[in-house]
Amino acid sequence: MDLKLLDVEPSEAERVVVDLFTGTGRDQLLPALHAVNDRVGWISQGALNHICRVLHVPPAEAYGVASFYSLFSLTERPAKIVHVCVDLACQVNGAKALCDRLTDELGPAGARSGWLRSPCLGVCEKAPAALAFEAGEVAKEQLLAPTHAGEVIAVAAGGPSPVDGERAEVPQAGAAGLRLLKRVGVVDPESLDDYRATGGYAALRTALLLGPSGVIREVTDAKLMGRGGAAFPTGRKWDATARRPVRPHYLVCNADESEPGTFKDRLLMEGDPFAVIESMTIAGFAAGCSRGYLYLRGEYPRALHLLRNAIARARERNFLGENIMGHEGFSFDIEIRRGAGAYICGEETAIFNSIEGFRGEPRSKPPFPVESGLFGKPTVVNNVETLVNVPVILTEGCEAYTRIGTEASTGPKLFCLSGNVSRPGVYEVPFGTTLGELLDLAGGVPPGRELRAVLLGGAAGGFVRPDELDLPLTMEDARAAGTTLGSGVVLVLDDTADLGSFLLRIAAFFRDESCGQCVPCRIGTVRQEEAMHRLVGKRPLSTSAEDLQLLREVGQVMRDSSICGLGQTAWNAIESALDRLGYAEEAAS
Amino acid sequence: MTIVEIGLPKRLVELTLDGESVRVPEGATILDACTAQGKSIPTLCYGDTLKPANACRVCMVEVEGARTLVPSCSRKVEPGMVVRTDSERTRHSRKLVLELLGSATDLSTTPHVDEWMSACGADPARFGPDAATVAQPIKVDNPLYVRDLGKCIMCYKCVDACGDQWQNTFAISVAGRGFDSRISTEFSVPLPESACVYCGNCIEVCPTGALSFKREHDKREDGTWDEEAQTQTTTICTFCGVGCNLTLHVQDNEIVKVTSPHESTVTHGNLCIKGRFGWQHVQNR
Repeated sequence: MDLKLLDVEPSEAERVVVDLFTGTGRDQLLPALHAVNDRVGWISQGALNHICRVLHVPPAEAYGVASFYSLFSLTERPAKIVHVCVDLACQVNGAKALCDRLTDELGPAGARSGWLRSPCLGVCEKAPAALAFEAGEVAKEQLLAPTHAGEVIAVAAGGPSPVDGERAEVPQAGAAGLRLLKRVGVVDPESLDDYRATGGYAALRTALLLGPSGVIREVTDAKLMGRGGAAFPTGRKWDATARRPVRPHYLVCNADESEPGTFKDRLLMEGDPFAVIESMTIAGFAAGCSRGYLYLRGEYPRALHLLRNAIARARERNFLGENIMGHEGFSFDIEIRRGAGAYICGEETAIFNSIEGFRGEPRSKPPFPVESGLFGKPTVVNNVETLVNVPVILTEGCEAYTRIGTEASTGPKLFCLSGNVSRPGVYEVPFGTTLGELLDLAGGVPPGRELRAVLLGGAAGGFVRPDELDLPLTMEDARAAGTTLGSGVVLVLDDTADLGSFLLRIAAFFRDESCGQCVPCRIGTVRQEEAMHRLVGKRPLSTSAEDLQLLREVGQVMRDSSICGLGQTAWNAIESALDRLGYAEEAAS
Repeated sequence: MTIVEIGLPKRLVELTLDGESVRVPEGATILDACTAQGKSIPTLCYGDTLKPANACRVCMVEVEGARTLVPSCSRKVEPGMVVRTDSERTRHSRKLVLELLGSATDLSTTPHVDEWMSACGADPARFGPDAATVAQPIKVDNPLYVRDLGKCIMCYKCVDACGDQWQNTFAISVAGRGFDSRISTEFSVPLPESACVYCGNCIEVCPTGALSFKREHDKREDGTWDEEAQTQTTTICTFCGVGCNLTLHVQDNEIVKVTSPHESTVTHGNLCIKGRFGWQHVQNR
């Protein structure tokens, strides 16, 4: 293939950062785009051209990839930009008023006014949130949370401070009986010594003694299920990959936590980064992977900083690299890949395309990742929380682990409480805790207010009513009740919440985040949003009943015929609001 | 003499298709099985010379035990599979997919779509007059191609034909995301500034007429395109020694279009700029 490049040259700054990539292949495309964006704040024609020259990628394809990600701009914009979250938890906590103030003071959202509206930034416990970015020789990023208009305006003008030393916080910090959160907010997340002093790397030692099949047996017998939303048995996934004769095998840690209202993985990575690294190493050992990719969403600067440190420290002490912990023949290393603003890249096959340097579009299954995944090789994809359960299983034993939770849903579970709740944050409880008990733990709705609804599982989840608080939080009970725990979102709405606007935001989220590959999702999410605007605004096409019928039919085709889970679940929350919360009658009246 | 690749003998797989037991060769798709049974399943993004893109979702069928419907164009048959092509779910899905496509895209030059729509009672107008569409001005930036992307259903076939499946030119890609995604060159530069080599293989596979030959487009515009009056004659290209088959579409004793048979073992329907467009000299009288 001969490349035909545009007749445009990069600036000196762009050339310098791109030349650091030495033509090692297509999978360097996303890192190269990040490098240019970090240096100058946008991707110019000259820069993209030079990336194509160095990496030998056709310009049309590179343009297709760059234009896929919302954190990149292909038109000029200033080095400083603030992404202001307008998603679910922030909307409930004053994001609209914040954006109105910013519009008044800085002008409408856009590159020229220095601020943009953003989907969920994953700091829902400190809503409203914003992420400030400034390109430069050393790019700076800062999460502002909770924030207010004055701070956003000041940072938009003055630029962000570099990654701060603020500790990850969880409401239960230091409480007895915590397993997944035991170190979060307690130990120094930069110190490998602190990690080891609190039991770190004991599980890897056990794993090396058990051998790969022993580890898989423990994880299978512990009945560990995926915590990313799909609840697939982890042991089965590892076993299916381990059995594949083709080499190499890959491990992908899915840290592209983008489901609105989800922030548990961020707290794990910020509060206990070594546990993530150790867990990945164990998974790599069990499934026969020599390389692991940690795909981190682009909006988590502090997690990025702490994980980079953890990987470097682990390498120094031979917890990563060749012959790990003296175990002859076991080599494993981890590379962090940053996402760039695309919810869809959390889908388990879209994540492969994104890492490989293609558009983050889901692949058709079968073949499944265990057979043909990253770079076409057998691949294990696990969510962060799923992985950090593994050291718990190996240190306590699978029998002890199965005594936590219920018969079918074993182990501890993290829930992300946000919205109208007194003490928002990540909570660790055993499966089987009721929704009411969990809400009590977080202090319930603020004093003087009444509970209106709870969104379980995120934008792809569903609502439950205040009279359903005795629902035990397990996979099987949620399923039986016609809802889902999804990624562990518990977003609380009280009687002050504007349900109509909330539903419009859910509809807008899916329209924005659809990759566009298949018709039901690409056009269906647009029609869903249009119909919701008519319904909420009480401007029906002819009658509200007709709009409701339209919504149901579009919802059904998205569920039945979309390629991936995004499209298949894009109607779930709205459907549950119509039927379970009775919004259908409300809208029709 | 045409050499026909017959391959190794294939085992037969037995499945149930709309209540009837059928046997098809291992490795066949559900669509192949349907075709063998004389069942017509509508398709748009499926191409007989391309790998399935799985994008349009018009050909969805129900497979017992599967949570969602499955694309018949790519899903391979398995022993004991129970497939329904005409269940309530598949009919609903087909109707809605056609309605969604029709509501957003100009399907006026898409073959068969009217029949499919009336067969399932699809009404694309039901989303109202304000439903967003992909309508946009026609792009004419070169003497050979016309791009009318208001007719584009994003089936990926042109991108696949231009890219690693056939031409390896990579002049176009999908850019943007979601409803705003479009087939585009880098930074939407005009085709002459892109890597395009004018092989026309993208136009050959386009199912909706979003991509067309300038000659055909002009004749359609002035009302002189008459497919009924055209004859098709397959011959061999004289420009080089490869031996590509050319099918000359002739109207009023004038070549108006050149294609190549998809079943040709030399071209698989593909040509280069010379075979596709180098025929004006024939008409110098």
